[in-house]
Amino acid sequence: MGTVQMRSFAKYLGQGIVYALIAVLLGVFADTPAYRHFDDDKAELTLSLAHSGKHVRECRRLSAAEIAALPPNMRKPVDCPRERVPVLVEVELDGQLIVREFVPPSGLFGDGPSQIYKNFVIPTGSYNLVVRLRESTRDEGFDYQREARVVIGPRQRFVIGFRAEAGGFIFGATTEPADSPADTQQLG
Amino acid sequence: MRAPTRTETHGNPTRRPAVGGGPVAFVQGRLRWGFETVEAVLDRIFGPAWNPLYQLGALGFFYYWVVAVSGIYIYIFFDTGTTEAYDSVQYLTVDQWYLGGVMRSLHRYASDGMILMMVVHMLREFALDRYRGARWFTWVTGTPILWLVFVAGITGYWMVWDQLAQYIAIASTEWLDWLGIFGEAIARNFLTPTTLDDRFFTLLTFIHIVAPLLLLLVLWIHLQRVTKPRINPKRGLAAGTFLMLVALSFVKPAVSHPPADLTVVPGVLKLDWFYLSAYPLMDTFSNGAVWAFAGVLTFMLFALPWLPPVRRPAAAVVDLNNCNGCERCANDCPYNAIIMRPRSDALPFEQEASVHASLCVGCGICAGACPTSTPFRRASELVPGIDLPDRSLRALRDEADAVAAGLAGDARVMVFGCDHAVPVGRLATDGIGTLSLPCIAAVPPSFIDYVLSRDLADGVVITGCRDGECFNRYGVAWMTARLLGERDPYLRKRVPRERIVTSWAAASDRVALEKQIETFRASLSALPKPSAPQAPQAPQAPQAMADGDGPNA
Repeated sequence: MGTVQMRSFAKYLGQGIVYALIAVLLGVFADTPAYRHFDDDKAELTLSLAHSGKHVRECRRLSAAEIAALPPNMRKPVDCPRERVPVLVEVELDGQLIVREFVPPSGLFGDGPSQIYKNFVIPTGSYNLVVRLRESTRDEGFDYQREARVVIGPRQRFVIGFRAEAGGFIFGATTEPADSPADTQQLG
Repeated sequence: MRAPTRTETHGNPTRRPAVGGGPVAFVQGRLRWGFETVEAVLDRIFGPAWNPLYQLGALGFFYYWVVAVSGIYIYIFFDTGTTEAYDSVQYLTVDQWYLGGVMRSLHRYASDGMILMMVVHMLREFALDRYRGARWFTWVTGTPILWLVFVAGITGYWMVWDQLAQYIAIASTEWLDWLGIFGEAIARNFLTPTTLDDRFFTLLTFIHIVAPLLLLLVLWIHLQRVTKPRINPKRGLAAGTFLMLVALSFVKPAVSHPPADLTVVPGVLKLDWFYLSAYPLMDTFSNGAVWAFAGVLTFMLFALPWLPPVRRPAAAVVDLNNCNGCERCANDCPYNAIIMRPRSDALPFEQEASVHASLCVGCGICAGACPTSTPFRRASELVPGIDLPDRSLRALRDEADAVAAGLAGDARVMVFGCDHAVPVGRLATDGIGTLSLPCIAAVPPSFIDYVLSRDLADGVVITGCRDGECFNRYGVAWMTARLLGERDPYLRKRVPRERIVTSWAAASDRVALEKQIETFRASLSALPKPSAPQAPQAPQAPQAMADGDGPNA
C-alpha cells in the first residue's frame, strides 16, 4: 500500500515538474530575451510621400471638327492624357545626397500617384536637411524645395512628408530655426 | 492472455524500413528517436492515456478554447482607439488584475501554448512519417493553420497599441507594402500620431476575431479525413494544463510596454518569441528576403508529402463474393476510407463495402476486421471480403506456414509485428519466427488461433506501436479490444491466453522486447504441452455468416 502511495506521489510529482517546465518555457519565451530593435544614439529618417506628377503633356483644345468626329456621348472640348510624369525626389543631408529617385506613377495606365516610402537610420545630431521634388515635365530644377536645420534626438522618428495643398514638404517633427533661411516654397 | 505490456528501454534510433534512405530519412530517424525517448519518460509519469505528446492536436484545441473564452472577456472591456485601446488594456491589467489581468495572461500564454503544440505536432507527424500518401490532405490543410494562428496572434499584440504594437504595426505594414498590391502604402497610416485613425483599430479587431473563426473552419477541414478525431484531451491532462496556465498567469502576469509614440522609435522590446520571431529578420534582411523565406517555407510544407521517397501502398480491395456487408471494416477504418453502400450484385445482403482508394493508406486494419479473414479455409481459396493487394491474407498464411516450418525447440514463438514499431525481422532466431504487417490490427485474431491450434508455434507475441500512439491511429486499440473480446472479431475463447503476449513498443524499444520475448519463452517451456493439433475446420462461405457469427466469434 505504502509503495503504491509512493508511486502515485512520484507520478504526481513528475507531472508537476513537467507542467512547471512547460510553464517556464511559455513564461520565458513570451518576453525574453529582450530584443534591441534600435540603438539609443541613432534616429530614423522616414521619407514618405504620395503625390501625382503632372500629365505627360498639356491638355489640348480640340477643334470643332475634331469634337464633331467624336461619338456624341464622348464629346469634350479638351483632350487630356491619362499618363503622368515620374516625380523626382531628392533628399540631401548636410550636403550629402541620400535620395535621388524618379518615382514612377502607380496604376496600370501610369495615371496614379507616385509613391515613395523609405527609412534611413542616422546618428543623432543637427543636420542641414534639403528636400526637393519635381512634378512637371521640366528637365532642370525642381517644383518644390524645403531646407531646414533640424536637430534629431535619440530614437527620434523624423518624417518627411509632402502635401501640395499644404504648400509642399512637411516635416513630422519640430525643426529648429535654420542658420540660413529655411523655407517651404513652391518654386516657379 | 497476459495483460498488454509496455516496454520502456531506449535503444538506438531505428528507422522504419519503409522510410528509405537520404537526408529526409536521416532527419526523421533522429527526430523520431528524440520523440520516442521523451515519450517513454512521459509514459512513466503520465501513463499512455495522459501522455501530452500523444495528444498534441487535442491540447492545441484546448489552448484554442482557453484563448477564445479569455478573449471574449477581454473584448468586453476593450476600446478601439489610438489612446483608448492602451488605456482599456491597462485597466484590465492593473485595476482588474485579479480577473481581467489573469484573463489577459491566460490569453497570451494559451496562445503561446497553441504555437508550441502546433509546432511540436507538425515535427512529430514529420518524424513519424505520417504526412505522405493518403495523409497528404491532413498535412496540407495544417499549413494554412500556421498562417492563421500567426495572423490572429500578431493582430492581438497590435491591438494593445503599446511600443511593441507600434513596432509590429510598422514592420508588418512595411512588409506587406513590399508586395506592392495596395493602392497606397499602408505603412503611411503610422507616420505620425495624426495620420493614425481610430477606425484602423476597428479593422484590426475585426481581423483579430475573423482569423480565429476562419481557423476553426480550417481545423474542421483538417480533420475531415480522420475518423473519431481526438479534439479534447483527457480531463486530467486538460485540468493540469489549465492549472499550469492559471499559475503562470499569477506568477508572471502579461504586461504592456509603454504606450505607443509614433515620433519615437522603440528601442528595447520584450518580444513574444513564439509569435514574433520573424520580426528581427525583417530588421536584418530586406522585406523581400523575408517574403522569399516565408514563401519557400510554406511551399516546402505544402510540397513535403510529395517529396521523395514517394510511397503509396496499394489500397485495400473488396471481393464482393466474400463480403456480406457486415460493416466491421468500415467501423475499424481510421481514415474514413471505407463506406457501406447498397448491394450492387445478386447476393442476399443489404450492403457492401466500398474502398475510397485515395483515402486508403493500406494499413490492412480492414482485412484484420473481416470475419472471412480466416486462415483455416483450405477447401476454397483464401480470399477475404477485403484485403491488401500488397500483403494478402493468403500470402500471410503461406508465410506463417513457411516461417513455422523453420522453427525448432520447445518454446517456439511466432512474433506478429508492425512495420512502424520494432522491426521484428531482427528478432528472428531458430526458435523465433517473425511476420511484419503494415499495422498490428491487420492480423485477424483467427491467425493467432491458427498458429497455436495447428502447433505452428508454442506461443504468439503480438507487438505494435506504443499504447496510445499507433501509427495508424487505432491499430493497437482495436487489436487489444479484439484480444480481450471487447471488439469484433474476437479471439476465440478456446485459444490458450497463457500462450499469447502483447507488447506495445516503439522502434527504439527492441532490446526490451527481446528480453520480454525471452521471459515469455521461459514461461512457455514451463507450460504443459498442448494436446494434438485440432482438425481443420470446414471453410465457411460468406453467405452463411451473419454478424458476430464468424469463425472468431
